[in-house]
Amino acid sequence: METCTLVSMSILLGVLVRWGVSFNSYSGAGKPPMFGDYEAQRHWQEVTYNLPIQEWYFNTTDNDLNYWGLDYPPLTAFHSLLCAHVAKLINPEWVKLLGSRGYESPAHKLFMRATVLAADLLVYIPAVVLYCCYLTNGSTNKKVGTLLCILLYPGLILIDYGHFQYNGLSLGLTLWGVLGLGLGWDALGSLAFSLALNYKQMELYHALPFFCYLLGKCARQGLTGRGLFSLVKIAVTVLVTFALCWLPFLSDPEQALQVLRRIFPVARGLFEDKVANAWCSLNVLIKIRSILSSDSQFYLSFAVTLLAITPSSLKLLKTPTFWQFKLALVNSSLAFFLFSYQVHEKSILLAALPVCLLLNDLPLVAIYFLQVSTFSMLPLLLKDGLLMPYAVTSLAFLVLSTHLLSALERCTEAQLRLEGYRRLAAWLPAWLPRLDLARIIRRKFYSSLVLMVGLSVASVALPPPAGLPDLFPVLVSTFSFLHFLGTFIYFNIVQLSTPQGKQKTL
Amino acid sequence: VAVMAAPVESSGWFPALAIAVSLLKCLFINAYHSTDFEVHRNWLAITHSLPISRWYYENTSEWTLDYPPLFAWFEYGLSQAAVHFDRGMLVVENLNYASPATILFQRLSVVFADLVFIYAVKECCTTVREEKAAKDLLRRPCFVLAVLLLWNFGLFIVDHIHFQYNGFLFGFLLLSVARHLQARHLEGALWFSIVLNLKHINLYVAPAYGIYLLRCFCFTQDNTDGSLRWRSFSPVRLVSLGAVVLSVTAASFGPFVAMGQLPQVLSRLFPFKRGLCHAYWAPNFWALYNVLDKALSMLGVRLGLLDVAGLPKASMTGGLVQEFQHAVLPSVSPPTALLCTLLAMLPALWCVWRRPCGGRGFLRCLVQCALASFMFSWHVHEKAVLLAVLPLSILAVESRRDAGIFLMLATTGHYSLFPLLFTPAEFPIKVLLMLLFTIYSFSALRNLFSGEGSLLHPLEALYLLGLVAVEVLCEVVFPLSPWQQTLPFVPLLVTSVYCALGVSYSFVRLYVSLLTQEVTEKTKRL
Repeated sequence: METCTLVSMSILLGVLVRWGVSFNSYSGAGKPPMFGDYEAQRHWQEVTYNLPIQEWYFNTTDNDLNYWGLDYPPLTAFHSLLCAHVAKLINPEWVKLLGSRGYESPAHKLFMRATVLAADLLVYIPAVVLYCCYLTNGSTNKKVGTLLCILLYPGLILIDYGHFQYNGLSLGLTLWGVLGLGLGWDALGSLAFSLALNYKQMELYHALPFFCYLLGKCARQGLTGRGLFSLVKIAVTVLVTFALCWLPFLSDPEQALQVLRRIFPVARGLFEDKVANAWCSLNVLIKIRSILSSDSQFYLSFAVTLLAITPSSLKLLKTPTFWQFKLALVNSSLAFFLFSYQVHEKSILLAALPVCLLLNDLPLVAIYFLQVSTFSMLPLLLKDGLLMPYAVTSLAFLVLSTHLLSALERCTEAQLRLEGYRRLAAWLPAWLPRLDLARIIRRKFYSSLVLMVGLSVASVALPPPAGLPDLFPVLVSTFSFLHFLGTFIYFNIVQLSTPQGKQKTL
Repeated sequence: VAVMAAPVESSGWFPALAIAVSLLKCLFINAYHSTDFEVHRNWLAITHSLPISRWYYENTSEWTLDYPPLFAWFEYGLSQAAVHFDRGMLVVENLNYASPATILFQRLSVVFADLVFIYAVKECCTTVREEKAAKDLLRRPCFVLAVLLLWNFGLFIVDHIHFQYNGFLFGFLLLSVARHLQARHLEGALWFSIVLNLKHINLYVAPAYGIYLLRCFCFTQDNTDGSLRWRSFSPVRLVSLGAVVLSVTAASFGPFVAMGQLPQVLSRLFPFKRGLCHAYWAPNFWALYNVLDKALSMLGVRLGLLDVAGLPKASMTGGLVQEFQHAVLPSVSPPTALLCTLLAMLPALWCVWRRPCGGRGFLRCLVQCALASFMFSWHVHEKAVLLAVLPLSILAVESRRDAGIFLMLATTGHYSLFPLLFTPAEFPIKVLLMLLFTIYSFSALRNLFSGEGSLLHPLEALYLLGLVAVEVLCEVVFPLSPWQQTLPFVPLLVTSVYCALGVSYSFVRLYVSLLTQEVTEKTKRL
């Protein structure tokens, strides 16, 4: 069958599933006074439409920052403004200043869902298609299989079309950046990534690999000759993009500073809620927030994060290949997720995107991680009433991805890129057992699946014990943390043990 | 569909395909559902909380039980599980009761009842003839057939969005077809009598079963030229066949016959008080007939041949017509419609009697009967087109000519189901699913018969492309125009008439193909 047919059918299926999920509830539906992310996005439309640009990020009588104040970079605000103009055309009630707070209706829900779909259709889905067509190896069937799996990754769908956010936009822009770098259009790639950064500050998780890859590449070309020229070209691109995005706020330094303060709310603490990162999991054992001052918490997390991303960044700087770049994206975003300050459970999507890009290369580990990443958001999804779509999309992803990518067959030690262990094993003392890593990973995969099903069922069906109301969320986040840590170590090993030469195709 | 990208060497594609589609069905639990949802909830309540003697008399809800008793038993069985979800749905007085648990239960019951369908599809796939097993899974007829059936657009939206149990019912029908193709006739007869007792719409295809079983099961031998050997009649077989059919019917209708309620049951099953056409005209012969009548009457008035005052009034307001008074052409009564239907079936039945051509000949006759009934029956629903589309899928993967007809009929028939989903939120779903299925069926069938010329005549392709224009006009342009207020019925009318052309054309083509096949075989013999 022609590639074109298969690709278009994958896209149709991806969109169909997205729209199917969108029939379900969203965060904060019918829950005054604060509602949820859905209301936040609607509120930003209201604010950006009705107030002059200078007031967007400031607390004024018409703009109560305590009620979902704008705390994303300017591009998000512009996007809200665009949506607001469309909303105004359909029904002015939707964006009426102050009068529209907590507005909910089926028609409005339809509109909001449609804006998410429009963003996906314009940015995320084309990027995924191009990535799979041009930057993955293997037969047509394999490429289309990867495409379908990426498009059906449940975590992103559930958060964007269930919970309600526009992650498809920021991740899509990042993916355009990856595409640009992969195809050798470095300036265009950095343009796209700068836009992503200006859409959502969390994209900083991906920033270091972009920086190191481009710098390393320019250094290869010689920092005195052609390399310098490319570096300047990229730097100018980035600076101009940033300047354009920030243009309205540059007139007054106070404006720009206020935006920055809103974007990076340092005062909010080391972590909130239950998130599957190191600090929250450590909190089960040591009440870290009561021992350390707020400042030392910040510096501690900063130092640990820096430590965690250094090896992969240095390696990428030394060998700036596309393969290394993809691995570094995973390692960097995971390091940030695990160790940085003020992490949300949804930020795991930032790590999930680069892992999706590795689906074709390391199917088993990637599927493993993606399953756990969806699972790690279970408490949030349950709160939003998304149990059914969660179960359905996770199961579908599991069945399809293992089947399409033959994940369980393609997992010898070499295919998992753990040949390094064989070499190491030769040096180990004889009394240490020689492990069959492939088998261990496969078994862990099965047992984790069983555990995830068990924990999901327990979270839904069992009332928590009287003394421990948060038992299940804590179990979920600790379980996920251990897996994320394992994945982080694994991908670091893979990245650091890849020999200097090119990536081997297996 | 997803598994299409499966690696060539992979096995286990069928379960993956079935699981994927089942999960997709579960995704639409919260989507729009039609009044059929309340119909089935009401039946659950009736069968659960009333004694059998009241089942066909109960009329608290306007949606009275009007399926045969076996289906009522099925609802009774379901209600035993429904108790554990929400007892509220089992109270007859709880009209339009739709709690989240009720919705979940009813939706899941359709998904699980479809297991019968999945099994039947699996059986059908084993009967597909493969000349040489293609290396590429995507080019294997059995794989294509599995996708065409499991991912059928019409079945998906009618069952899992609109809400009905057709998948379950078609499961039995396809199972019986598969058994006939495997030459296990008694079993085939058993499954057919079950499905007939579940939903009497299957009477549409009953003549095909009757003639074929009589010809090929009760007569055991043919003459050397393929004609019937009268002396080979086997009374034992006839008796065993009768025993199978009668015992199923007895189990279904028996209790009601014993209670003397048969007339009441039958009056519920065959409500001839309804009009010739359903509210939304099914795209069949009568839709064309109605429009012709309307056109003639308008022409007549314009030319002064007809008197406006003498015409039946406001015959098409709102697009929702129950009784349609014809102005120029003769009005149609139920017996006329029945006669037309039987006449339309007759040649196909005659062919199968003359030269049965094995299970495939029977299948062809079955499709022909289903389509003839769809074309000419009284008060046909648009969904009935699936009765022809699904069995035709089996023929489509085996012959190029049938593949072309299938594409025509399936695309037109499926498009004619679009008005079932009219809510804005569901609009993307029907379009996406339709595109998914249509793109797949075109590309897969073209691949199966690559190198044998194109499947469709350019004019046919043009007609099908016209559906896109119809869709854009009816659902995008028209609602924005001022006519939306004054002539709201136009989109339904246009859809119905345009699709009627395609369905009628397919009907004729199927007949031409059947009859010319007869002729070519005759000349071969000579």
